[in-house]
Amino acid sequence: MNGANNKRTRGREPLTDAQLLMTISIGIFVVMYALAMIFLGGGFLKVQQIFDLLNDNAALIIIACALTVVMIGGGINISVGGVISLTCMACAIFLNAHTGGLSIPLSVLLALGIGLGFGLMMGFLVSYLEIQPFIVSLAGMFLARGLTTMLSVNPVKVAHEGFLALVKAKIKIPWLGYVAQNGNLIPAKLEIGALIAICVVILMALMLRYMRFGRNIYALGGNRQSALMLGINIKSTCFWSYVLSGLLSGLAGYVFLMHKPAGNASVAMRSEMDAIAASIIGGTLLTGGVGNVIGTFFGVMILATIQKIIALSPLNASWWQEMASGAMLGFFIILQSVVLANRGKRRKNN
Amino acid sequence: MLRRKKWIANLGQLLIPLIALALLLLFNLFRDPGFFAIRIAENSMGGKVLTGNLISIIDSASELAIIAMGMTLVTAACGGQDISVGAVGAISGAVFVKVLQGMGAITGPSVVLGLIACCLATILFKLFNGTLVAVFRIQPMIATLILYSCGRSIAYWINGDATPQLNSPILSAIGMTIPGIPVPTPIFAVLLVGLLLALVFKFTNISLYTQSVGINQGAARLNGINPTVIKLLSFVLLGVCVSVSSVIGISRLGQLNHKTLLVDIEMDAILAVAIGGNNLGGGKFKISGSILGAYIIQMLTTTLYAMNVSPVNVKAYKAIVIIIIVVAGSPVVKEKLAALMKKKKHGGINPALRKGVG
Repeated sequence: MNGANNKRTRGREPLTDAQLLMTISIGIFVVMYALAMIFLGGGFLKVQQIFDLLNDNAALIIIACALTVVMIGGGINISVGGVISLTCMACAIFLNAHTGGLSIPLSVLLALGIGLGFGLMMGFLVSYLEIQPFIVSLAGMFLARGLTTMLSVNPVKVAHEGFLALVKAKIKIPWLGYVAQNGNLIPAKLEIGALIAICVVILMALMLRYMRFGRNIYALGGNRQSALMLGINIKSTCFWSYVLSGLLSGLAGYVFLMHKPAGNASVAMRSEMDAIAASIIGGTLLTGGVGNVIGTFFGVMILATIQKIIALSPLNASWWQEMASGAMLGFFIILQSVVLANRGKRRKNN
Repeated sequence: MLRRKKWIANLGQLLIPLIALALLLLFNLFRDPGFFAIRIAENSMGGKVLTGNLISIIDSASELAIIAMGMTLVTAACGGQDISVGAVGAISGAVFVKVLQGMGAITGPSVVLGLIACCLATILFKLFNGTLVAVFRIQPMIATLILYSCGRSIAYWINGDATPQLNSPILSAIGMTIPGIPVPTPIFAVLLVGLLLALVFKFTNISLYTQSVGINQGAARLNGINPTVIKLLSFVLLGVCVSVSSVIGISRLGQLNHKTLLVDIEMDAILAVAIGGNNLGGGKFKISGSILGAYIIQMLTTTLYAMNVSPVNVKAYKAIVIIIIVVAGSPVVKEKLAALMKKKKHGGINPALRKGVG
């Protein structure tokens, strides 16, 4: 974006802020993973470990993408975790009540519909009534959590056989597998949810980079006033970015249900903050206009890897895990601030 | 006539929260006039105390009201919110209990010492947040996300796994009522903190400086105000508010549970600030609005409980009422309503040719 006419570079465009921050987060992920391979060995030497990280965090990856899109537009949406729990509960109850052949596609539609509903409501309130996004999405979060407990206070396990078959279905890739002690080849397994998450990341990255709507979101977050003067319909851009994030959180809810087939009121508690943290680690700025979905993906992977490392290390306790992710987050935030400040200074000097 | 209009204009941002509060009271009046009954009852220690829904609303909103005051300042100065107040409150409570346990018996001096220690600890953590915000120029919400995610773990680490029980007449005097005085003590704490802040604003320029930093940091700096100091100061004041709230919270229950002490209060506090008509983007603020907001939230909760809504479902109804309040307070709706009123007055001619910008 800026710095494109930096004289010191010879022919090659320098990295933008978002690309720089993304590169840092990818680098840190690689280094961290390599260190885990060397010192912890075991599971980390298998491809399956990466696949497990993807399988366990598929829903988080999707909501982090949803948040990144909104954050690039200069807004925020903290209702994503609540929408996940509502979608899980609603779909679980729906699947238990209907066992027909069409019930699975209908449940997908139900999940997307719930997400869409929340997205439309919040988008309207934020963009057309100009209410602060934090408060709107906070109300959305309360609403979603409250509706979840209204549907059922107790956990609801899915008993639908077709859906359970879908839960168990895994994509097996033999050549990435490993040979177990008894000599059998165990193929690497990827869940359908993880595949969906990867597709979402790729689609969102393409959308943000190549589609007019994606470009408009960057313009909106970078400078609202300039975007308006350039003739961008800022209200509708803002509206549709919230609708998109709502839709994605509905999808994330379904993916979550495919990973753990039970509706539960406490599902995905505080996951919105994890998603925000992942976006930030991946180089998205809350001020808007800067960000990247690929970076967000690596942000989730970094958080997941920290958790895995701590789970395997002798310090296995939830409070150590929280402290370590907090410290890591602090490190990233300060690093980002220092890097951006230095770049700003250099640019001024030029 | 003119005078009355001026009076309404002075009310400004407080209008919507006051209307909301009045509507809630009216709703309760029609639903069940017994809601307002205030009786004198004997508590477990034999003292006479006032009981009733209104007293319990004002009493149990105390922690929220105190934190909302500090949150207003941070919001105004930094243009963002501190989401770590609940977690830091847990740390503060852990320090308080640690000091009390270290001193052995719970006596007057040890409580004072504990209060000072937990105040200092909280200010330290808030200064960490404040430094990230003011010096490193990180968005407040992101900077406080760090302590939000690991604050309760630090509290756990300070105090171990236990949930210590603290039974002492001094603590129950802080958390419930002082023997002989029928009004719950936390209400006095809110009054005290509010009064102190009011005095500080009356005799110093902090309020003006905070607003100017929030509106335009660069302009404030050119006018000789140091934005870093003002931002740090707002975080320090929030820290004091948080530690007072956490001591009240512990004294009320007579125990420390680092997982549930002041849990989710950050969201309610931000909500209180917003309902009070303050701009979450910083700048002008009215602390009275935030206090009103805190009481509105608590009154809503108590009303829902009185209507036999199950505690787990309260959130959904709360969300709907919040949406109604913020929609009523939204600039676009206000403008449309104002245009509509004018249209009626001037017989169908709309004098406002201006279009809604920004």
